[in-house]
Amino acid sequence: MIEIRSLKFGYPDTDFSLRIPDFHVGTQEKVAVIGPSGSGKTTLLNLVAGILVPEQGTVRCGGREVSALGDAARRDFRITRIGFVFQDFELLDYLNVLDNVLHPYRITRALKLTKEVHDRAGELLQQMGLGDKLTRGVERLSQGEKQRVAICRALLPSPQLVLADEATGNLDPRNKGHILDLLFDAVQAHESTLLAVTHDHELLPRFDRIVDFNDFLGADLA
Amino acid sequence: MMDSLTIAWKYIMYYKARTATLIACVTLIAVLPLALEVLLNESEQQLLSRADSTPLLLGSRGSALDLVMNSLYFDDETPGLISMSVVDEIDASGLAIPIPFYVSFQARGFPIVGTTLDYFDFRELRIAQGRQLALLGETVIGAEVAERLGLVPGDSLLSSPETMFDLAGVYPLKMKVVGVLARSYTADDLAVLVDIKTAWVVQGLVHGHEDVSQTEDDSVIIKRGEDNVVANAKLMQYTEITQDNIDSFHFHGSSADYPLTTVLLLPNDERTGTILRGRYLDASNPYQIVEPGDVIDGLLANIFRIKNVLDAVILVVGIATALALILVFALSLRLRQREIRTVFRIGGSRSTIARLLATEIAIILLASGLLCVVAMVVVDSYSNELVRSLFIG
Repeated sequence: MIEIRSLKFGYPDTDFSLRIPDFHVGTQEKVAVIGPSGSGKTTLLNLVAGILVPEQGTVRCGGREVSALGDAARRDFRITRIGFVFQDFELLDYLNVLDNVLHPYRITRALKLTKEVHDRAGELLQQMGLGDKLTRGVERLSQGEKQRVAICRALLPSPQLVLADEATGNLDPRNKGHILDLLFDAVQAHESTLLAVTHDHELLPRFDRIVDFNDFLGADLA
Repeated sequence: MMDSLTIAWKYIMYYKARTATLIACVTLIAVLPLALEVLLNESEQQLLSRADSTPLLLGSRGSALDLVMNSLYFDDETPGLISMSVVDEIDASGLAIPIPFYVSFQARGFPIVGTTLDYFDFRELRIAQGRQLALLGETVIGAEVAERLGLVPGDSLLSSPETMFDLAGVYPLKMKVVGVLARSYTADDLAVLVDIKTAWVVQGLVHGHEDVSQTEDDSVIIKRGEDNVVANAKLMQYTEITQDNIDSFHFHGSSADYPLTTVLLLPNDERTGTILRGRYLDASNPYQIVEPGDVIDGLLANIFRIKNVLDAVILVVGIATALALILVFALSLRLRQREIRTVFRIGGSRSTIARLLATEIAIILLASGLLCVVAMVVVDSYSNELVRSLFIG
């Protein structure tokens, strides 16, 4: 599903430099990425999602070379093939639960908002235990509920790949396990691949594989 | 487009107070100069219509504006006084019909306008209730006076004392309301119209009192001569003119010397008007003739000069407010960085974000525009009354 070769990336005006000689994630695999803060874990997700473009090397996702696509094509690819779950949920306060889940369909042409999509959003929220809160403002939800809304938004287009950036980082211990269970179940049901960044070592046994970013530190590119 | 509108609407509805403040600011910037323009146009129209319908005014040399404002709008700024003899002179010349004015006193806050019946004909004032002036001590009041004071024909109205603490001064006159004018939406609505002689009674120049030759109270008499009797202030003065005492009212001195504030002149034609004006051109003449239209034109020219300054001030304030609004929008963009990043992260392009923001601004401008139209309709509807209350009272 994901193939990264000889990747090099740096932010302008900083010393930061990410070098990944070789990185693979198989289809429907659930991979956890761990590593010290500032090592480039979130940057990796953004490179896979096409939000960032590498200075050199290639990023292939679902058989397409994301790094070679233009801005609009990369965005369309991200919207239709990748679901992104963020640590701070990235929900909009002025929209209710259902509107937040449907928001990507309202701001892009790559996704078409149909009655079927609308109904599926309702079903997803129902499955996540939010069926009775469709019209509630998100600022009135608990942290766990907010992350469930964010997961629904990420999964609604049935993405091949789900990227989770510290998805449980803002949750209390009781919610962490529950949200991860929901995320795993949903990823399983959609036959998606999961690449998750986490600092929580208690959750690691649930993943198929763990990638430690320490392994990339000081790596030489071929 | 519909989605942008829906999302922008939801944003605006969520941040109601912020949006309302922005709409109020934009509306005020637009309404202020427009409302000012409408009110000034209305003022110009109202001031000019009454002035243009008044051919000439004769009064003492001095402020022409005081003369016009006192005669046309019964302003309490009394110009220098002139004598009644000038009316007789003009009448004798046959060049114009003179209508005397004596506007110097008030009754419960409304100006007492001493004039003649010609004035009613000239202004085409119609009696809505009661009858026209017939006797000394009677008054016909304007519609607004009647409404505000709750007066009808048959009631009485007391003139306001000139000097409250001067016990030896002129006593207030109790005038009988005999008629109420139909509303004319002019200064006449706020006038207490009396005959010129009644105005002099108010001043005490014409007065009535008990017959000193018949009185049995010796303490009233200072000196009793063969031809005259001198009485002191104890002598009872009449403060109301009735059928029983009307004959006791009398002039002291010659009525030709009695005071007026102005004389309204209705020339026979343009030529006689020019002749009359020529007679009072000499700067050494204590009297002057003015054309109210010219005086009001001069006043309006000053008002419009002030308006130009106001326009400039409003322009500067408008520019400052517009810049402040741009700053508010810019700061709001900074505050909304997280939200903008979210929209970008979940698939929105830069153009999508720009479209959403533009739609929000468009809604705010549209709402302001609608409010502005409503405000202007209200201003336009009430401009007539508002200007009248500002200029007439």
